[in-house]
Amino acid sequence: MDWIDFLIVVLRVVVVFALLLLVTIINVWAERKVVADFQNRIGPERAGPFGMLQTVADGLKLFFKESIIPARSEVGMFLLAPFLAVIPAFLIFLNIPFGRPITIGDRVIPLQGMDVDVGLLIVLAMSSMAVYAVVIAGWSSGSKYPLLGGVRATAQAISYEAAMGLAMVAVVLFSATQAADAPGGTLSLAELVERQSGTWAGIIPRWNLIPQIVAFVIFFIAAIAETNRAPFDLVEAEQELVGGYFTEYSGMRFAMFFLAEYINIFSMSALTATLFLGGWNGPTWDGVLPVWLSALLPFVWFMIKTYVLVFIFFWIRATLPRLRYDQLMALGWKRLIPGALGWLMLTAVVLGYRRFGLPWS
Amino acid sequence: MTVDAWIAEPVNWVFSIVAVVILFTAVRVVTSPNVVHAALYLVAALAGSAVMFLLLSAEFVALVLVLVYIGAVLVLFLFGIMITRAPTGFDEGLSNDRKLVSAAISLVLLGVLSWASLSAFGTDTVNTVGSPTATEILGDAILGRFVIPFEVVSFILLSALIGGITVARRDLTPLEEEERKAV
Amino acid sequence: MALVDYLPFVVMLVLAAGFVAVSLVASRFARPSNPTPEKLAPYECGITSEVEPTQRFPVKFYLVAMLFVIFDVEIVFLFAWASIFNELAWYGIAAAGIFTLFVLETLVYVWKRGALDWNVKTRSRYAREHFRIEEAA
Repeated sequence: MDWIDFLIVVLRVVVVFALLLLVTIINVWAERKVVADFQNRIGPERAGPFGMLQTVADGLKLFFKESIIPARSEVGMFLLAPFLAVIPAFLIFLNIPFGRPITIGDRVIPLQGMDVDVGLLIVLAMSSMAVYAVVIAGWSSGSKYPLLGGVRATAQAISYEAAMGLAMVAVVLFSATQAADAPGGTLSLAELVERQSGTWAGIIPRWNLIPQIVAFVIFFIAAIAETNRAPFDLVEAEQELVGGYFTEYSGMRFAMFFLAEYINIFSMSALTATLFLGGWNGPTWDGVLPVWLSALLPFVWFMIKTYVLVFIFFWIRATLPRLRYDQLMALGWKRLIPGALGWLMLTAVVLGYRRFGLPWS
Repeated sequence: MTVDAWIAEPVNWVFSIVAVVILFTAVRVVTSPNVVHAALYLVAALAGSAVMFLLLSAEFVALVLVLVYIGAVLVLFLFGIMITRAPTGFDEGLSNDRKLVSAAISLVLLGVLSWASLSAFGTDTVNTVGSPTATEILGDAILGRFVIPFEVVSFILLSALIGGITVARRDLTPLEEEERKAV
Repeated sequence: MALVDYLPFVVMLVLAAGFVAVSLVASRFARPSNPTPEKLAPYECGITSEVEPTQRFPVKFYLVAMLFVIFDVEIVFLFAWASIFNELAWYGIAAAGIFTLFVLETLVYVWKRGALDWNVKTRSRYAREHFRIEEAA
C-alpha cells in the first residue's frame, strides 16, 4: 500500500464524515418542517431560505451555552458518554455503499467507507455498542430520570436488536441463492447490493423488498425502535422521564447526543435501502449519458431511496402516539421475534425446495 | 527473528499496544473499587481481545466477541448490578479479603493454559496472519464437525434461562402479597 | 481481504473522536461557566430531590438481557449457517431448524411463565392461573 492508496482511504472516510454532517443539518430542519406541515403549522422559516439554516443556528446557540456537569455525577464517565454516542453512529454508516465503484486510471475506488467481508456484522456490532452511551450517560448523571431512562432504553434496544438481526439473517439467506454462479452467502454489504441488480421479467427490479417483504417490515420497525424514535421514544417520554438518559446534559454535550440520534436515523434508513431497496442500483444509461452523470446517478438513486425511508420515519412520528412500555416489550418479544424466526425458517424451506428439490429426492 | 524485522511488521506494533491495553484494563477489572467501573474495564479488555482475534485472522470470531460479549453479556452484567443496587459512589466493601488466594488461583490457571496451548501448538505459527479466514470455513466447522455441540448449546442456553426465571419468580410473590393486602 | 481493509475503521474512529473533542473543547472557551449549587443539583423540575437514585430495578430487565444473550448467540450461528447455505442444502436447513426450534421453545417457556408480561395486572393473572396462588376473599 503506497501513500496514494492511503490518501484515497482517508478521502473516502472524510467524504462519509462530511456527508453525515451535511445530511444531519438537512434532516433536523426537514423533520421540523415535515412535522409542521403534518400539523398545519409553518415550522422554522427565519434562518436562511425556508429556514434551512435553522440547524446551524441551533448548533451555534448550543455552542455558546453553558454545559453543566452536575455535582452528583461521576465526572469521568459523564464526559465519556457523548463520545460513545457519536463514534458508533459514524462507524455504522462507514460500512454502507453509497454509490457504484468508480474507476480512475487503473484504480477502482469503491464509494463506501469500508468494504470488508463481514460488513453486516460490523453494522450490527456497532449498533449494539451504542447501548453503552445510553447506559453510561444514564448511570453517571447521578439523577433519577436519566437512570430510569437509560435502563429502559437499554432493554428496548437489545429487544429490538434481536428482531433486527433475525431479519438480517433472512436477507443474507435469500441473497445466498441469488448470485448467478452460486458462491454462497455473503455478509459484505457491497456484495449484497450487487446481487440486487437487474430485474425479474424485465420490469420488476430484483430488490429484496418483494420476496422479503415480511423481513422488511420487521427490520424497519426494529430500526425505528433502535433509534429511539416515535412511537418507540419512551426513552425520552417527557411526561414521565423528562429527557431520559440525557436529562442532565446541556450545551455542546447535549448537541452530541442529538447529532448521534439524527445520524442514526439516516444510517438506519440507508441500511434498510441497502438491504431491501437495492442500494444504489438503478438505471444509469451507461454510454448514453456523459460518463460523470452515469457515475453520479447511483448515488442519486441511493439518496432518493434513503430519503423516502427517512420521510417515513418522520411520517410515523407525526402520526402514531407513543406506546406504553408493556406494549413495546410485547411487540418486540411476542410479535416481531417469533415472526422473524418463523419467516426465517419459511424462507429457508422455500429456498431449499426451489434450489435442491424435495429433501427425500 | 531480528529486531529490525520485528519493527518492520506493523502487526507487531498493533499487537504490543493492544496487549498493554488488555493487561491494564484486565488488572483494573479486579482492582477497581466500583462495580460499574469494573464492568466497563471489562468491556475495554474484551474489545482488545476482539482486536487480537482480528490480528489472528479470525474476522468472524472477532465480531462475534463484540456482538455477544460486549453487546449482550456485559449488558447482562450491568443489569445485574442495577437490579441489586445502582452504586454511584465508591464501594469499600468490594475489596477484597481473599486477594492472595485468587491471585494464586489465577497464576495456576495461567500456568495450566500456557502449558495446554504450548503442548497443543508448540512452535506452530499462524500462516494466514493478515488475511482473515472466510466465514464459510467457520460455518462449515460449526455445522459439520461440531454439529452435536452446536445443538447442545441451545439446551445449555435453555437451562440458563430456566435458572433465571426461577430467580425472577421471587418478584412475583411480594407483588402478589401486596395485591392480596389491597384486596 | 487483508487487515489493511480495516484502516478506514481506525481513521473514522480518530476523526469522530477528534470531532467531538474539538467541538467540546472549543465550546469551553466560548461559553460561560458559572455553576451554582442549585444549577448543579439533579434535575427534578424545580423540586428539591428527596429520594436517592440508588434504587433497585425490577429483575425483569435482567431476564430480558438474558433472553437477548440467547438470541444473540442464535443470530451468530445463523449467520454462519447462511454463509454456507448452498453447500449444506437440506442438511444445513435441518440442523439450523432443530436449533431454532430449541430457541423457540425457550421463548415459549419464558412467555408462558409470564416473564414477557410487563403489565403487572396481566402478570399476576398468569401467576394465579399457573401457580395456584389463592386470592384472599
